[in-house]
Amino acid sequence: MKKKVLSVLLASAMVASVLAGCGSSAADTAAPAADAAAEEAAPAEEAAPAEEAAPAEEAATEAAVDTAAADSAAPAADASGSTYALVTKSAGNPFMERMASGFQEAVEAQGGTVVIQNPEAATPDAQISVIQSLISQGVSSIAVDGNDANALTAVLTEAKDAGIKILTLDSDVAPDTRTVYCNQAGVQQIGETLMEAVYDLTGGEGDWAILSATSQATNQNAWIDAMKKLMESDSKYAKLNLVEVAYGDDEPQKSTDQTQALLQNYPDLKVICAPTTVGIAAAAKVLQDQKSTVKLTGLGLPSEMAEYIGDDDAHSCPYMYLWNPIDLGRLAGYTSIALVDGTITGAAGDKFTAGDLGDYTIEEIDGSTQIILGPPFKFDPSNIDEWKSVY
Amino acid sequence: MKKKSIGQFLSESREASLVIVLAVLLIVVGIINPSFLSFTNIRQIFLNNTLTFIMALGMLCVMLTAGIDISITSTLAFAGMSIGLLQKYNVLHNTFLLFVIGALIGVVCGFLNGIIIAKGHVAPIICTMGFMYIWRGMAYVISNNNWASGMDVAGFSDFGKDGAPGPYIILILAYIIFFIVMKWTRFGRRIYAVGSNTEAAQVSGINVDRTLTSVYTIMGFLAGLAGVLSVSIYASAQPNMQYGKEMDVIAACVIGGVSMSGGRGSVAGTFLGALIIGIISKALPMVNIPNFWQNLIKGVIILAVVVLNVVTQRTMDRQNLLRREM
Repeated sequence: MKKKVLSVLLASAMVASVLAGCGSSAADTAAPAADAAAEEAAPAEEAAPAEEAAPAEEAATEAAVDTAAADSAAPAADASGSTYALVTKSAGNPFMERMASGFQEAVEAQGGTVVIQNPEAATPDAQISVIQSLISQGVSSIAVDGNDANALTAVLTEAKDAGIKILTLDSDVAPDTRTVYCNQAGVQQIGETLMEAVYDLTGGEGDWAILSATSQATNQNAWIDAMKKLMESDSKYAKLNLVEVAYGDDEPQKSTDQTQALLQNYPDLKVICAPTTVGIAAAAKVLQDQKSTVKLTGLGLPSEMAEYIGDDDAHSCPYMYLWNPIDLGRLAGYTSIALVDGTITGAAGDKFTAGDLGDYTIEEIDGSTQIILGPPFKFDPSNIDEWKSVY
Repeated sequence: MKKKSIGQFLSESREASLVIVLAVLLIVVGIINPSFLSFTNIRQIFLNNTLTFIMALGMLCVMLTAGIDISITSTLAFAGMSIGLLQKYNVLHNTFLLFVIGALIGVVCGFLNGIIIAKGHVAPIICTMGFMYIWRGMAYVISNNNWASGMDVAGFSDFGKDGAPGPYIILILAYIIFFIVMKWTRFGRRIYAVGSNTEAAQVSGINVDRTLTSVYTIMGFLAGLAGVLSVSIYASAQPNMQYGKEMDVIAACVIGGVSMSGGRGSVAGTFLGALIIGIISKALPMVNIPNFWQNLIKGVIILAVVVLNVVTQRTMDRQNLLRREM
């Protein structure tokens, strides 16, 4: 009897662990299949049947969603019959969740089917296995929020060869592996905005530091480079002294250690700029708890930062910036549809309408084709209350 | 001759060699950056590593029975996420009750580990690996892609605020209780007995299964507690919190002289091991070591200390043997 109970317990534990680890194990087992599928699909004429087969598969699993969307579909239901995939950076991140909801809303409004994949960790290898399984499902397009600029090259080329339209959003990958990049805001724009904020908060001179995510994070590195170039080229910033770029690895504990180290190493520090949502929240808490005079700005989620935004000395962050992740997801959704139905090819100068977001044109910036959502949005004490419940 | 006397001093106790490592670390870092030795900084070392300190106590008990638990940070995330969400959705804001709930979740998680390992004779690393995925998965499931953020846990986070006494009190109490229990109570000695020689313990009338189950339950309790503390200290609950940090906890124990094969280790050693881990993570950014080098150096220090430990242990054993032969 005892043994029976035990074996039931063990069996249930094993089933539960399989369920819990479902994301990765499903992706892992799918990987070889994806390889095989991609090899077969490599010649262009064979890619077409694979593409057609997929929606049928998808339709079974997402039939409910599909019909619901079809009912409310706009008259030009040109997206129906195709499946549009979105690969986020990782699961369990509110920013990604809002982005995905925007993507889903935009595509489903046009009658398309949506597959959203959240890799379990924010690593390129987790994304590779997810993308491989999408290739074998034969989706029409994949929108990727890249965890690494170059590591995804092989798998994305494989997807492209299988006839799938590839685009990126939020974080870009190597430009020749995708058609177009939906940029939340131009690198230059963000660099200028943050630099201006640092200038304003320091009063135009003094020491400041950057607390970034990981040292290989594509976005953060581009923004930091833009800020450094601005400091060199514009004499306005000549009296500003960037003492260090610290990396908190988007981990609260490490970001806390790094922030405290900055405060101790540089007693004259005036401003910390953290262009990453985890880092800025950790830094805000350190500064506010220590009642430090150092001020903070950067890029953060309003809901995470509401506690710390204020003009007085009791708050550590006078203002910060971000873009609207829902709109970014919607833009990627509309772009996916336009790429699949041929409205745009991904060449610079192509124009299309992204629903009520308005008209967009593909621009060529530094040899890469991009669609820019708009300027970063400023969150300050006057508007934080209305935004903190949104995302 | 001189060499031998140093060896003798070191071999008086393993803790002595750890104290020396600690002193060397402090002096080196203190010379490079004097502000490292400030009161605020020392205090922050304890605060930022409270979780490692507390979970190392449980890991000590587990490792004494020749086991290991790699599910602890998943338990931590599950408990932490649960109490974070209770606040986010305004179900509960009472700090004390939140602590109780978080710890209870940990107890349940730990008990399941213990019962499967003890009754099912499943290898600890396998069983806890399963639960590592399960509880981390549960944290993601219940979070439903949301974080509990600063404003959600506003009142509660005052408990773990930099400068508030709460975390230190818990830390000190935990170490005092464990020091007493492990040294002077029947329960504590039973854990050592089970780890040193399971069959002998069984024969001498110790209920091995019950001891094993309690050890993992204690570990779960401490991991749940650490989850609540984590939410309080970092004012944020995310399903991926403390991901991979179980290695820091195991490293703290190993540095502190806890043997992977059971039966050997002490609360004092664990404390010193956790302190060394804490100092390393706090010191590396402060002595201006480039980011890319920090992990590498951390690994080198851990290995160096462990090797020193093994050498000390061997000298100690040899001298004990000599003494007996005389």
